[in-house]
Amino acid sequence: MTRDAVAPGSEHLPTARLRTHRGRRRRDAALAYLLVSPSLVIFTVFVAYPFGRNIWLGLYRTPPFPGLPRRYAAYEQYQQILTSPEFVASLRTTALFLLMTVPTGLALGLLLAVAAHQRLRGIAIYRTIFSSTVATSIAVASVIFFTLLNPQVGLLTWWLGREGQPSVLADPQWALVAVSGVTVWQNLGLSFILMSAGLQAVPDDLLEAASVDGAGPWSRLVNVTLPMLSPTLFFSAVVGGILSLQAFGQIDLLTEGGPLRKTNVLVYAMYDAVFRQNNEGKAAVLSVALFGLTLLLTLVQIRLLERRVTYER
Amino acid sequence: MNAEPTSASSEEPATGETALSETASTGTSTVRSRRRRNRTVARLRLAARYLVLTALAVVIFFPIYITVVNSLLQPEQIAARPPTLFPTDPDWSSYSTAWSQGHLGRYLMNSFVVTVLIVAGQVVTSVLAAYAFAFLDFPFRRTLFVFFLATMMIPFEVTFFTNQATIVSLGWYDSYLALTVPFLATGFGAFLIRQSFLALPPQLRDAAELDGAGHWRFLTRVAVPLARPGIAALALFSFFGAFNQYLWPLIVTRDERLRTVQIGLKYLRGSQIDQINVTFAGTILAALPLFVLLIVFQKQLVRGLTAGAVKG
Repeated sequence: MTRDAVAPGSEHLPTARLRTHRGRRRRDAALAYLLVSPSLVIFTVFVAYPFGRNIWLGLYRTPPFPGLPRRYAAYEQYQQILTSPEFVASLRTTALFLLMTVPTGLALGLLLAVAAHQRLRGIAIYRTIFSSTVATSIAVASVIFFTLLNPQVGLLTWWLGREGQPSVLADPQWALVAVSGVTVWQNLGLSFILMSAGLQAVPDDLLEAASVDGAGPWSRLVNVTLPMLSPTLFFSAVVGGILSLQAFGQIDLLTEGGPLRKTNVLVYAMYDAVFRQNNEGKAAVLSVALFGLTLLLTLVQIRLLERRVTYER
Repeated sequence: MNAEPTSASSEEPATGETALSETASTGTSTVRSRRRRNRTVARLRLAARYLVLTALAVVIFFPIYITVVNSLLQPEQIAARPPTLFPTDPDWSSYSTAWSQGHLGRYLMNSFVVTVLIVAGQVVTSVLAAYAFAFLDFPFRRTLFVFFLATMMIPFEVTFFTNQATIVSLGWYDSYLALTVPFLATGFGAFLIRQSFLALPPQLRDAAELDGAGHWRFLTRVAVPLARPGIAALALFSFFGAFNQYLWPLIVTRDERLRTVQIGLKYLRGSQIDQINVTFAGTILAALPLFVLLIVFQKQLVRGLTAGAVKG
């Protein structure tokens, strides 16, 4: 860039060389656009366009029958849906789900990581088992627990002493807890892997110095390991929070939003609005709300990242 | 994994004590008995550690273990109480039933085709875009890069139903195109590979230029081979993501011949009680590919999963 922009030197350059320089820059730019174009096309069609269309769709009432024209409602529809008891309930369910899955998941992941962070014969086997649920998809985890919670033959049903009663998944009081439990189990492997990686970054001399000073295992964990791990913990909490906002598969497979809509998290409510109620406008408003929540968490994450960069320097 | 273990130091006071008393009065019987006691304490501590680890492992692994066990039992045995926790007379036929009659073979094949296409697509588009952002200078480079990053802020769960409408209007409903095309590029991938490229010494490009190597040659012979760890991390990350997809295949396919294994599980879930061992077997079959990957590529996988989170 600077090479042919230097004014005083350039007049001494042979014009032919200048021309090739300029030609090369143009060729480089053309090549660059060619290289980014496949990604750009996909992003435009499947990210930017639908995002814009959702915001626009939220301004229009979806007709009760397909084929009729959409009616412009301005921000009225946003206002109406975002203040409806149904949305507030769904938001509450989503928040409860987040609170029941993210902190528990992190705490259990940390517990496993600390337990596995020692030099013992055969520790690799334990590490593999602790990370094993990474290999289960949400569908696999859901079907495993769906069968274990089966009211007739489910082993967990028997252990919980609920034989002859409706399944836990059909109990308005426990359904969301059960769905959260399945989610925590499915995410445990990932949580363990992240926490282990964080633990490995804690300098050993720091821990040794603490034990020389007479700090016991608990004191070392609370006073050395946890503060050193806090960037990983915060970061995982935010990423986990964003992912928990997107929960869908476990709801669809375990409870289908019920019972009494007690597990009707935001994404499931969107799915329900589009494919059962044929109300795209409503789904669009919900999607904008979901984006807003994600953005909020992302901003928190960016703030944390910025702070971490300054720590490092 | 070569980090010094945290809890090894917890043994230090014990061994230190032995060393001290040893130098103080060697050979006396009190020291010997004390040393023996210390050794027993150390041994007990070790046993306690294994006990804790094993207890945790049993709790975590139990759902998978019992699924394997139940897949090998007869439906009557599964319903029997107290439950059978070890199959004395394993019946493997549920696996072949799930594979052929439950069409798990077909579903797994579909999942593989879709996953391989998505992984290959993401790696190629990410490497190409990352090369432009890392090594080429062009107008609107910054703007475009910010646009790429911004796509990461819009989760697919925000746009899924409008994308479904797009797929329908393109006439792609019930096709491999619907299952793959929206995922052939990712902002995360472009960002990750660009980071790998920028970490290469800048002299490499100059040297290649002096040797008369063009961009294509530099990309394929130098940049890509050197950025292999980053590319492997992206590939594994996107493999897991693509293989585990649930919402999207659910809404863009109806044809059973195109059903992926995750959606296959949804239908298997609802099977009759007298076929419940087949449900268990199908679940294991659906999970097996990723288990194999986990065991073979554990290190790379950890790298790939932490690349997104821990390193930012």
